Amino acid sequence: MQKIIQWVDERLPIVDAWNNHLAKYYAPKNFNVWYFFGSLAMLVLVNQLVTGIWLTMSYNPSAEGAFSSVEYIMRDVEWGWLLRYLHSTGASAFFIVVYLHMFRGLMYGSYQKPRELIWIFGMLIYLVLMAEAFMGYLLPWGQMSYWGAQVIVNLFGAIPVIGDDLSLWIRGDYLISGITLNRFFALHVVALPIVLLGLVVLHILALHEVGSNNPDGIDIKKNKDENGVPKDGIPFHPYYSVHDLVGVAVFFFIFFVVVFFFPEMGGLFLEKPNFEPANALKTPAHIAPVWYFTPFYAMLRAVTVDLFGLPAKFWGVVVMGGAIAILFVLPWLDRSPVRSIRYKGWLSRIALIIFAISFVILGYLGLVPATAGRTALAQVLTVLYFLYFILMPFYTRMEKTKPVPERVTG
Amino acid sequence: MRKLIFGLFIAILPAFALAAGGEGVPMDHIKTDHTNKESLQRGVALFTNYCQGCHSTEYARYKRVAEDLEIPLDLYTDNLIFTGAKIGELMKNSMNKDMAAGWFGAPPPDLTLEARLRGESWVYSYLRGFYKDESRPLGVNNVVFPNVGMPHVLVGLQGLCAVEPHIGVAPSVEPLSGNVNNADACPEYALEGSMSAAEFDQAMYDLTNFLSYMADPVKIERERLGIFVLIFVAIFFVFAYLLNREYWKDVH
Repeated sequence: MQKIIQWVDERLPIVDAWNNHLAKYYAPKNFNVWYFFGSLAMLVLVNQLVTGIWLTMSYNPSAEGAFSSVEYIMRDVEWGWLLRYLHSTGASAFFIVVYLHMFRGLMYGSYQKPRELIWIFGMLIYLVLMAEAFMGYLLPWGQMSYWGAQVIVNLFGAIPVIGDDLSLWIRGDYLISGITLNRFFALHVVALPIVLLGLVVLHILALHEVGSNNPDGIDIKKNKDENGVPKDGIPFHPYYSVHDLVGVAVFFFIFFVVVFFFPEMGGLFLEKPNFEPANALKTPAHIAPVWYFTPFYAMLRAVTVDLFGLPAKFWGVVVMGGAIAILFVLPWLDRSPVRSIRYKGWLSRIALIIFAISFVILGYLGLVPATAGRTALAQVLTVLYFLYFILMPFYTRMEKTKPVPERVTG
Repeated sequence: MRKLIFGLFIAILPAFALAAGGEGVPMDHIKTDHTNKESLQRGVALFTNYCQGCHSTEYARYKRVAEDLEIPLDLYTDNLIFTGAKIGELMKNSMNKDMAAGWFGAPPPDLTLEARLRGESWVYSYLRGFYKDESRPLGVNNVVFPNVGMPHVLVGLQGLCAVEPHIGVAPSVEPLSGNVNNADACPEYALEGSMSAAEFDQAMYDLTNFLSYMADPVKIERERLGIFVLIFVAIFFVFAYLLNREYWKDVH
């Protein structure tokens, strides 16, 4: 065994790679529960890839055959139901862990210098993940697949001048059709996963270059022992590999409760109208995107005024796009001298709490039909969402921060 | 450690909290039971005799139904396949969809997934929701699905309710007289059927139970396996936790 490793290592630096990324990658020893979600996201990614490959073996990407091939997988393919539920539950689980992973970044200032690139790669992963989920959702070819795609692709039509041609180009047809299904299938199973994997590699390489942040937001590389090892650092492997194993067990428990007992999750993970095949002539009474898109969908619907001769729908798309775009510049909005929320002032804490609550309520509002009152609430929350970012350069500078300790705390 | 589990649990909570939802039509709520094979067998008999002439369940196979419901294959072939299909085939029917659209206004939908699409309580209520309405082309209407195109196929069993049946109203006992109100959802019949109200409700429960099984045939097996998977993960957790504690002993 040793000889084989040596033989390979002389030709490919596998020992270095192992050390740099695992055995001698020193991570702060004070990671808390919020630090599980990165590795859990990787776990879910692997789940999606593996189950996805097997689903592709039995899925038929055509308007005529897609819906019945999914039922074929559910009924006739050995363990097909399990593969499909793992994949559909995995999609929602992916967004749950990614949202929590991002929230961790917000709390502990993980996007601050020198980790701006990690944050940007992460945001690109999030963007690609949304595209991946959106296109994957068309594939079962149910009513909600079809009309959800119709609504989202039509959003591009709100762009002045080029809008209609752009949505036509995306669909490849005048309405969502088998042509759209085929291209979404190609993008979902080939193009986007490749981009996603590339971005994940960049995300991790950038992380391992500068090192992990921690709940105290302290730079552990400032305090090294005589061997050049950070005093507050421990090797990722074995310490965090066994640690993450515990998180994996807890995650799997919850995940499998859903997979085996509540695969529809009350219509949130698998929406009820999707048990009916797509029908271009019959619009469902209430079209709602899957839960992970609803905060942005609520913002889209919250914009109700025409402005500068452009329709409200266009400004809704601008707001929705802006809500995601503004996350990209976050590293340059935070002017605080400290990273972690533990040492930031009250203004930052209150702002983060308001932001998180706004996002969750917007998510709820995007699920339910709009009423006058709900739209008004969504408008207020949309403003609060943006204020978190727009006011950040001011409140992070104004507030009084607490002194940051030299070494990490518990 | 406790913080860890609690944190992960809290993290996933919003998903549970949002899992509520409702519909705007009156409904009698039931709970189906896929382990009740006798009920499912009565259900498939009703379905084959009364529904399948118009409604296919084209994503399911006869053989799977026979095996899951513990009906011998030859018995099933002789008594429950009317189209001459082989036992391994999909449960299609011979009704022409275009002609059906002409007869009923819309082709009768495939019912494989109906119970998951509408919900089992909806199906149960709908089946019991027909009443006499001369303004409709077929002379009947439905309180759960107003102006439905489907005729009251089960009129021979239930009879024909003269007024709108009280779906979604629980039976109540009058405290003074002891009379039970609304024991039968239909207060007045225009035509008598061969079944009593209680018998008909039971038959519709069986039929709904069958359609619920049809929509999710793997449910029993899935939940049985789920228990073992969760036990395995729980044991795995104990070992992972102990391993983690052992490694982290020397970290201060």
